[in-house]
Amino acid sequence: MPRQTTVLKAQNLTKVYKRGSEEVLALDDVSLTVRRGEFLSFVGPSGSGKTTLINILGCLDNASSGRLQVGGRTIFDGRKGLSESELTRIRRRVFGYIFQKFYLIPTLTVEENVLLPFAFFRKPGSPPGVFDLLKSLGLEKRTRHRPVELSGGEMQRVAIARALVNNPEILLADEPTGNLDSKRSEEIGQVLKSLNRKEGLTILLVTHNPALARLAQRTITLRDGRILS
Amino acid sequence: MATQINVYQVAAKNLLRKKTRSTLTVLGIGLSAWVLLSLLGFNRGYEAALNKDIDNMGFQVLVAAKGCPYEAATLMLKGGTGLRYMNESVIRDILRHPQVEKVTPMLMQAVFDPNKGESGGINAYLGVDPATFPSLKSYLKFKQGGWFTDAQSHEAVLGYEAAELEQREVGDQLLIPEKNIELKVVGVLSRSGTQDDGTIFVPLRMLQKEFGQEGRVTGIGIKVDRRADISALENKLYDLPDVQVVSMAQVKETIMSLVSTAKVMVLSIALIAILIAMLGVVNTILMSVIERTQEIGIIKSMGAMPGDVFRMIWTETVILCLLGGGLGIGFSLALSKITDILIRRLLPYTPTGSLVAVDSGLAFLTLAVILGIGLVSGLYPAWRASRVRPLESIRSEGE
Repeated sequence: MPRQTTVLKAQNLTKVYKRGSEEVLALDDVSLTVRRGEFLSFVGPSGSGKTTLINILGCLDNASSGRLQVGGRTIFDGRKGLSESELTRIRRRVFGYIFQKFYLIPTLTVEENVLLPFAFFRKPGSPPGVFDLLKSLGLEKRTRHRPVELSGGEMQRVAIARALVNNPEILLADEPTGNLDSKRSEEIGQVLKSLNRKEGLTILLVTHNPALARLAQRTITLRDGRILS
Repeated sequence: MATQINVYQVAAKNLLRKKTRSTLTVLGIGLSAWVLLSLLGFNRGYEAALNKDIDNMGFQVLVAAKGCPYEAATLMLKGGTGLRYMNESVIRDILRHPQVEKVTPMLMQAVFDPNKGESGGINAYLGVDPATFPSLKSYLKFKQGGWFTDAQSHEAVLGYEAAELEQREVGDQLLIPEKNIELKVVGVLSRSGTQDDGTIFVPLRMLQKEFGQEGRVTGIGIKVDRRADISALENKLYDLPDVQVVSMAQVKETIMSLVSTAKVMVLSIALIAILIAMLGVVNTILMSVIERTQEIGIIKSMGAMPGDVFRMIWTETVILCLLGGGLGIGFSLALSKITDILIRRLLPYTPTGSLVAVDSGLAFLTLAVILGIGLVSGLYPAWRASRVRPLESIRSEGE
């Protein structure tokens, strides 16, 4: 497939939250196109709508209005959208997610945590094992360890491995270094950069960290729910 | 290196997170399984033991002097106290009925023995007719000696336990306290597993004479012809004056009605224990689901369908119930003797033999009941977990 294929297309996305009787405009007429293999970072002050936007782009949330297409398939158009089961099918095939918290299961080993998505779905073409993946992330000596025995950076790398195990087309990373010190943040940044450059993985990154945002090919700045640049 | 992990492995490992909570829940389920299986075993065992006692009596109908039916039932099974007498001539009237195959008169007498135990106790003697009684009790085997041959002789045959208690062997003397009558032990019975083990048998005529009860008996055992209709005979025997007729079926019914109160009580305890265990399961799994809301959301973002999450949480419930059920069944099997002793202390009358009959069928039934209850208990937490939306976890992360 050509490198410039559109994988995500958002048009006029608006998201309104209700907070009691008050309505809060989280996204205001946002349009965006993401091409295969792009590395995008979303920056902006707290409450600018970064997380709301990638949640919608990642099919974790619906917009109040607007249109979203993933790989040419319409996820929602106006208020009409896919069912929760259909969204799950899209999510399991297209996306991998990383969050600020790692959400590793403490009673499972590193290897078992990475294999966890296979308990629910195994995408055709996904690797038979996870050793190579763990090795590429520098975790080959930690496979039998439990999360409590790992550093914060290692835990986030395990979470990245877990997000990658089903060969996602797009990796969504919401503040992945929010709980890490600067050294570990840089380490994670290099992992993401490598995944984009070497594997051609499309990455959407939300961050407050300017150094991390600079690793992306394109930086989108949001303020008050609007794209500034 | 592993290449796969399944929902069931994840569920099993989830239970290890809060080991104390999981252990307490398993113990709660185990306790209720123990009570339930013991109760089911008691239901079966008590009736079987009672049937065995009745079958081993050698006669199917007992005629006793009119009085309390419970006393009559006890008299039939245990020898009994609270003695009422009837005239021996009743035997002639009974023998007129063609359904009657054999009869044997019995006289029960009790005396106070000041040397028995710490503060004395009652010694009971059962006067039997050597001409008829042994043939009705053909299952009784002798460890030493044999039956007395003369209905007037001063002799005694001791049941296995009675001989152990009195520390007597064949040839020894046995004194009847109060009356100062010396008897010669001519036989000691082998263990029969019935009430006869604790009985001191003496010749009927001698006992009648020494206790001034000539021509009187406390009971008449009747062996009925196999082909005869027992209830028709009972109805005819009711026409005899001042007697009551206690049949095997009646005895069983009377005793079972006595123990039914105890059964209801134990059943209530079992139900309460099961209810508490059920609430324990709901609490444990629900707490676990609430604590893991974010994690469940992440699992769903990985591609888990609501059914996958439901299955995972339900599996946790099943594992808890299987472990608890297995533990309770193990306890029940290992401690059935202790349960037996406790029940014997609780009930007014208990037959000989094992009161708690636990077998693999009852164990499987208990496991099925516990598992069924567990599955119902796990429905709500599993349903609640399956409804967690991925976004909830991400939103609550920012809060």
